Amino acid sequence: MENKRTCLYDKHVALGALISPFGGFDMPIQYSNIVDEHNAVRQACGVFDVSHMGEVLVAGPESEKFVNHIFTNDVTDAPDGKIYYGMMCHPTGGVVDDLLVYKMAPQRYFLVINASNIDKDVAWITEHAKAFDVVVEHQSEKYGEVAVQGPKTEEIVERVLGIPCKELAFYTCKELEYNGETIIISRTGYTGEDGFELYGSHAFTNEVWDKLLASGEVKPCGLGCRDTLRFEVGLPLYGDELTDEITPLEAGLGIFVKLDKDFIGKEALAAQKAEGLKRKIVGIELKDKAIPRHGYEVEADGKVVGVVTTGYNSISTGKSVCMAMVDIEYAKLDTEVAVRIRKKVFPGVVTKKRFYDKNYKK
Amino acid sequence: MSTILEGLRYAESHEYVKVEGEYGYVGITDYAQHELGNVVYVDMPDVDDEVTAGEDFGAVESVKAASDLISPVSGVVVEVNEALNDNPELVNSDPYANWIIKVKLSDPAEVESLMDAEGYKAAIGE
Repeated sequence: MENKRTCLYDKHVALGALISPFGGFDMPIQYSNIVDEHNAVRQACGVFDVSHMGEVLVAGPESEKFVNHIFTNDVTDAPDGKIYYGMMCHPTGGVVDDLLVYKMAPQRYFLVINASNIDKDVAWITEHAKAFDVVVEHQSEKYGEVAVQGPKTEEIVERVLGIPCKELAFYTCKELEYNGETIIISRTGYTGEDGFELYGSHAFTNEVWDKLLASGEVKPCGLGCRDTLRFEVGLPLYGDELTDEITPLEAGLGIFVKLDKDFIGKEALAAQKAEGLKRKIVGIELKDKAIPRHGYEVEADGKVVGVVTTGYNSISTGKSVCMAMVDIEYAKLDTEVAVRIRKKVFPGVVTKKRFYDKNYKK
Repeated sequence: MSTILEGLRYAESHEYVKVEGEYGYVGITDYAQHELGNVVYVDMPDVDDEVTAGEDFGAVESVKAASDLISPVSGVVVEVNEALNDNPELVNSDPYANWIIKVKLSDPAEVESLMDAEGYKAAIGE
């Protein structure tokens, strides 16, 4: 099947981006190089085309009840403009997808889902919505999305785009009129830095992209550094740290799972919590610079005790680190483990998953 | 346009060998370093390890991926480029000055089956 393209695809090609398939789309991986783009976001400001992300609108009298039914976090009595991170789970507790839920207005919720899961999620949401008085509208084709990220973002978005955003608190959003259309801006991101995500028409998305690049103050950034950035601050990627078989509790995301309300998968997750986890995602820091990568085996006591989910030589710290799913008896901090990299075994130690501190503006 | 040096021999897997007497210096080409992007680690064999033409002897790791190093020649490793342990990015800045291993060739005639500069230039479409 042909990969899809975002509304900014031609601009990526014109910029000489390295293009690779991701989540069913041909996406820019890097424009210059991953290290420079990564550092631009940590130190100044970078812009990402994230139009591949999916959007689903849920509206109607029972929308709050329905979102709570399919979502691990609790949106009861959510104030307008509040955003929640959480997961949709299978009855087994495995994760259908992780997503953001934007409470836009009374009886109106905007769900932002992963590109790779759009078909699965829309089918899942639509199927479960049948028992509720809600309307589900798949809006991925309608919206483009850019993420503007980095410590200088707030000032640049206000000055270069003329979009007021200072007053937006972390994980809140608002709608506003821009060139005759209603766009959405939220103080969210996937880099561990302050920043905003902007949703609007393809024309709006192109205009925002062009203005930010023309300013000369914002670096175009590809999915390559998006992954190194999110990884360093311990954020999960669906497909690596979360899958249909991995539960949010195993991924260390229990704070986004509200077991005091009902939702699909709750019973399995409550039981898993009561019985205790058998495995868990941890951080591992290697003593050498060899790089542990997705799928490499974690060893200890002469046996395989886990598998790497994501790993890099951290651009911000220079250390070779990874997230890995390990048997629970090897999940304690400071446990000595090793990662098999090609023919050699490299010693390391279990650490926190956060290899670099987040720099959010809250 | 990638830099391709005359007088070196090239493998399809983008390693070069520079032959000096009975020794060969093996590294990756400018084209390869550019394709890989920022090199952050070079996994090298130990001195006295044997390498075989067509078989891997280590890997070059960029931020995003690990790429096997395939030896273009057979022989015994007599030296590894220790500078790459602390400064792997030297492979990006000058891949021909920064060879990866020095091999005592067991069959110097092997290099005849590798491409010359012109052949490699054609192979990478430049």
